[in-house]
Amino acid sequence: MIEAKNISKKFGDLKVLDNISVCFEEGKTNLIIGQSGSGKTVFLKCLIGLYDPDEGEVLYDKIIFNQLSFSEKKTIRQKIGMMFQGSALFDSETVEDNVMYPLNMFTDKSSEEKLERVNFCLDRVNIINSNHLFPSEISGGMQKRVALARAIVLNPDYLFCDEPNSGLDPKTSTVIDHLIQEITEEFKTTTIINTHDMNSVMEIGQKVVFIYQGTKTWEGGGKEILYSDNPELNEFVFANAMAKQLRKFKLG
Amino acid sequence: MKIFSHIGKYFMLLQKVFSQPEKKRIYYRQFVKEIQGLVIDSIGIVVIISVFMGAMVTLQTAYNTENPLLPKYLIGLGCRDSMILEFSSTIIALILAGKVGSNIASELGTMKVTEQIDALEIMGVNSASYLIFPKIVATVIFNPLLTMISIIVGLFGGWLAVVITGVVSSSEFIYGVQYAFVPFYITYALIKTVFFAFIITSISAYHGYYVSGGSLEVGKASTRAVVYSSIIILLFNVILTQLLLS
Repeated sequence: MIEAKNISKKFGDLKVLDNISVCFEEGKTNLIIGQSGSGKTVFLKCLIGLYDPDEGEVLYDKIIFNQLSFSEKKTIRQKIGMMFQGSALFDSETVEDNVMYPLNMFTDKSSEEKLERVNFCLDRVNIINSNHLFPSEISGGMQKRVALARAIVLNPDYLFCDEPNSGLDPKTSTVIDHLIQEITEEFKTTTIINTHDMNSVMEIGQKVVFIYQGTKTWEGGGKEILYSDNPELNEFVFANAMAKQLRKFKLG
Repeated sequence: MKIFSHIGKYFMLLQKVFSQPEKKRIYYRQFVKEIQGLVIDSIGIVVIISVFMGAMVTLQTAYNTENPLLPKYLIGLGCRDSMILEFSSTIIALILAGKVGSNIASELGTMKVTEQIDALEIMGVNSASYLIFPKIVATVIFNPLLTMISIIVGLFGGWLAVVITGVVSSSEFIYGVQYAFVPFYITYALIKTVFFAFIITSISAYHGYYVSGGSLEVGKASTRAVVYSSIIILLFNVILTQLLLS
């Protein structure tokens, strides 16, 4: 379980996050949604420790993460898997080496064991016969899946995904969404996904947190969104005419 | 005041770079990779430039010592001392600041803007140490080898110019190269090379590691890396010369 308590963050005079408190549960896909520039990426970076919040606490299973030293954070970080918006695969290494990297760095497994684990993870994300290709030689969707394989290779307790569907077609997006959900349920990870893709919200949003101008203005289940009376959330979710009609239809 | 902030940040980065390595075996693998990328791949340019510089220094010395009162072997001596004292250490360092420095800054800068460095940090890897330490060690240990190659090849270039143009006989040139040789000059050149290797790698890494923005910023960081490395090399050239030769 990951808990954020009263998180605030400023860049110069600009207040990006204002007193956000939220609890992300284990074994669930938790989604952070909001418009571009609402502060959701900064919030995610505060949760994983890339930014230190100006105020507030981030707790990983009751341990205050943002007050730990670099070496103490390291222990928790090895339990974190992260899938970046741009995949962040190492350009100079093959698909296999990218996925094997955390195993090389943090385990003492034999080469055979590591290869077996890598192949298991690649197979889990439906990547086959691509072990020796470089990231530049595979498609965007495949890169995302390799990034997901790398994120889960150490069996993480916490999985973070920043815009996992950005730049992908709807079908591939759905595949990625379902993969994340299956992995979350299979390995009981605390999964936090940063997205503004409404399909993801409807498909896998077990818990959704809506951030508007740096503050949390709504939280609830994915399906509850349709019935929310929060004006900012409705403006965000039902931005186009078709979505508005769908809401009308749903509400009768 | 901004310069003090940069200096502070630079030394904080160095502190991170020289902290305890996570897994020595992985660092060794990186170290071997960096020797290939930063040292072996530079041999070609060092050899080409040194041959031509050796030849040019020889011809210019010959042109300036046409006075019959000056012995002809001074041409060989001039070529040797120019190569050892200044060219093979300082000029090669400036050239490597352009080649290796921009390479390091753009590599780290690209890794930064594509979030590869963030990915390392999130995994719990000390990214500064993992990425920069092997580069520094590789260049500090092996750049003196490039200096030695440059000296040898430069003298060969000088001899080649002598043989082709006939400004002086081959035996006189070789006599001049051997005449009044001071072995400490080699030590002096190698000490300078070690300092310059550290300057090139660490300053370029600093500029690449702290890039923020996009590809345009990576290009700018790469240019800044070359400019600042070159200036600091020239500054340290004066300081080290005063300390070692005075």
